[in-house]
Amino acid sequence: MTTSFLDRYIDRQSPVHGLDGRVKLLLTLGYILALALLPPGNWLAYAACAGLLWWAISRAQLPLRTILARSIVALPFALVAVSVVFTRPGLPLFSLPLGFATLTATDAGLILFASILLKSWLSVQAALLLTATTHFFDLLAALRALHLPPILVAILSFAYRYMFVLVEEAQRLLRARDCRSATLPGQRSGGSIAWRAAVVGRMVGTLFLRSYERSERIYVAMLSRGYNGNMHTLTPRRLTPTEQGLLVVGLALLTGITTLSFFM
Amino acid sequence: MQSLTDLLVFALHVPDGFLNAPVALLWWVLTVAVLAVAVRKTSGSLNERQIPLMGVMAAFIFAAQMLNFPVLGGTSGHLLGGALAALLLGPWAGMLVMACVVGLQALLFQDGGLLAMGANIFNMGILTAAVGYWLGTPLLRLFGGKPWGLVVTGFVAAWVSVMVAAIACSLQLALSGVPAGVVFPAMLFVHAFIGVGEGLITLAALTFIVSTRPDLVTTLTSYLDPTTTRRPVDGRTVGLVTLVGLLCAVGAAFISPLASGDPDGLERVAEDQGFLDRALDAPFSILPDYTIPGLDGNASTIIAGIVGLLIVFALAYGIAMLIRSRRQAAEEERSAPRPATGER
Amino acid sequence: MSLLLEPELTTIAPVALAVHVRNLCYRYPDGTEALHDISLQIGEGEKVALVGPNGAGKSTLLLHLNGVLRCTSGSVQIGSTTLSDATIRTIRAQVGMVFQDPDDQLFSPTVFDDVAFGPLHMGLPEAEVRQRVAWALEQVDMAGFERRMPHHLSVGQRKRIAVATVLSMHPAILALDEPSAGLDPRARRGLVELLNRLPQAMLVSTHDMRLVQEVFPRMVILAQGRIAADGPSRELLADGALLEQYGLERP
Repeated sequence: MTTSFLDRYIDRQSPVHGLDGRVKLLLTLGYILALALLPPGNWLAYAACAGLLWWAISRAQLPLRTILARSIVALPFALVAVSVVFTRPGLPLFSLPLGFATLTATDAGLILFASILLKSWLSVQAALLLTATTHFFDLLAALRALHLPPILVAILSFAYRYMFVLVEEAQRLLRARDCRSATLPGQRSGGSIAWRAAVVGRMVGTLFLRSYERSERIYVAMLSRGYNGNMHTLTPRRLTPTEQGLLVVGLALLTGITTLSFFM
Repeated sequence: MQSLTDLLVFALHVPDGFLNAPVALLWWVLTVAVLAVAVRKTSGSLNERQIPLMGVMAAFIFAAQMLNFPVLGGTSGHLLGGALAALLLGPWAGMLVMACVVGLQALLFQDGGLLAMGANIFNMGILTAAVGYWLGTPLLRLFGGKPWGLVVTGFVAAWVSVMVAAIACSLQLALSGVPAGVVFPAMLFVHAFIGVGEGLITLAALTFIVSTRPDLVTTLTSYLDPTTTRRPVDGRTVGLVTLVGLLCAVGAAFISPLASGDPDGLERVAEDQGFLDRALDAPFSILPDYTIPGLDGNASTIIAGIVGLLIVFALAYGIAMLIRSRRQAAEEERSAPRPATGER
Repeated sequence: MSLLLEPELTTIAPVALAVHVRNLCYRYPDGTEALHDISLQIGEGEKVALVGPNGAGKSTLLLHLNGVLRCTSGSVQIGSTTLSDATIRTIRAQVGMVFQDPDDQLFSPTVFDDVAFGPLHMGLPEAEVRQRVAWALEQVDMAGFERRMPHHLSVGQRKRIAVATVLSMHPAILALDEPSAGLDPRARRGLVELLNRLPQAMLVSTHDMRLVQEVFPRMVILAQGRIAADGPSRELLADGALLEQYGLERP
């Protein structure tokens, strides 16, 4: 199993790939926060943000089309959020009679809905850019350098390492179930829903026991190599002047766009 | 994501853009505060063995979320796992494990946003683990070590944990400007079903684990031991039950307007106002006009609902405690020299 | 290819025995006896195979060498140091334990982190940690894999990295549990070459009698927690009746 389709791009050589994880993580978070702070309907500011992001994507030598296609993951939320179109007070645009109630779309509602979708779409692209250009262990190093509690870094690191091992085990369990899920012609198959759930529950239980036992073996392997309860790691390297500069300029730019957008 | 519920099960993973900045930041603060407590609790009280265990458990929850079973017409039942993790590992370790699962999903697969991660960890990591444990363990005690107690507890704790998470998620969306009258019914309706899958898988997994390797889940098995449950109820348990009860009461306050027995009223209000979110209304008549002066609209309706439910909860709780202490006194008289059984 | 030990290892005062186990007995916490009166001496650089049916106590014995399990009675001496609470951390640096499943042994997100784990926990300066990682990976022909993730590697590669994770601690003794299990012929051949050229003393549990023949001049047969035979592999492997008795295969 590979993490995702993004693995294809992760070992490319580009100015973005070469940046320290801290710089990329902070810029991504800053970018998404700036987007969230922009007032609804501020199209110019959205365009500026989109321009910045797409420039970064092109510098990272990622295919923009793939990123755009992958970035529409917010579908269920769009379904819920579409209701703002009809509830935000504003100039009525059109009405939908629904029998028990008449829904009236307003201009303010429409603007808010479009803004939410745009912000979500751009935020997901920013996160995709981060994931596509940064190895997860570099992100872990960045989180460690940014003083995330060591226990969380350790859990994330083990979780990442064993995610693949356990997902394979889970897939083997599913495959074993599928191999035995036969149907006879004319017979109802599959049992009741409760029974099917119980089968999955026992699979979850089995997976838990295997995972637990594995964690004990890992603990012994760690002990054998001198583990004493503290996770030691190399000290993170210093950011280069270029990286520091990029971080400052990037965050200043985002602050600027956000501040300006309130006066426009 | 092959089917509709596969899509909807991720409906708790709020992407960025749907929460406004103050809401997202507020929940980051809450999440950081709770996780800080959890970090202190786990590193203070437990040994070094915990670190690889919690790491592998996070991977386990991640993998277990892939296991599904077909329900109806292409939909399937899934596990979120917060209640299960808390019941197996304890509440604080469960929270850390779930927080890492949510973090991994956002960082690796864009399941849930980065700015929204504070809220997502709070809903799916902290709340599910807290409800799972602090509703689950008092329930286990209440059932007094009966084997079916675990079955009922597993289901109830898991179902409620999903519902509470959905309520919190709806609340965050509502505070961000999505009409409460839409988001609460939509989220709660969907999660009432998702919760059933969660409950069934959790109870089956728990009974399997407890019967196969009771030594691994000593906290859980101690609640199944009749000698533990015969201890008099101490202040701590009362406190925990109260806390969970309060959580449930608050949760129910959000559900209650939607469960109103008078759908015509709901429609009428919606029609009158022209806005769906005005459809939110409370079935309580203790507070006049369901509103509190100085607050308008949804907020006061919800607060009125909470106050009403607190009263109901206090009554129910009082009665339950009364029955329990009486039963206990009778039992102690009857069976004082009974030998301890099932003790490890 | 001939490889020399790092200079500081060769300057350690020479001791005749790498491992000296005296009358070791071990009971599981539930009371079952797992090992009974085991006495074993392994010379410096001597390669010994540990064979016997499943459940004979092979893995249990290996875990005593670095003190993960502590014997109920008897003693374990590594080099000139007797294992005790005070010496356990020194001894863990001297005995490199490699477990059967490389997914248990390799618990870090990258190859570098894993090979660096031992040296870092020995408190070595970072420059030396990096140098030892590079050296250890070179020993197992895996240089250049530092930033790779274990789950992207083949089983054979993972087994080699697993050996590197202990080589970076510069152990005097290697304790390997079933190193050839699950390897395809090519990976197995690579492993045989690796084991042959490593200079450390070894105690290696295995079911693979061809591996014994190819690498280990001496073998110890363990059965039901006791040493059933201990001698030159060539002689023991030729004794059909003995092999039959303990359920072993002829190579």
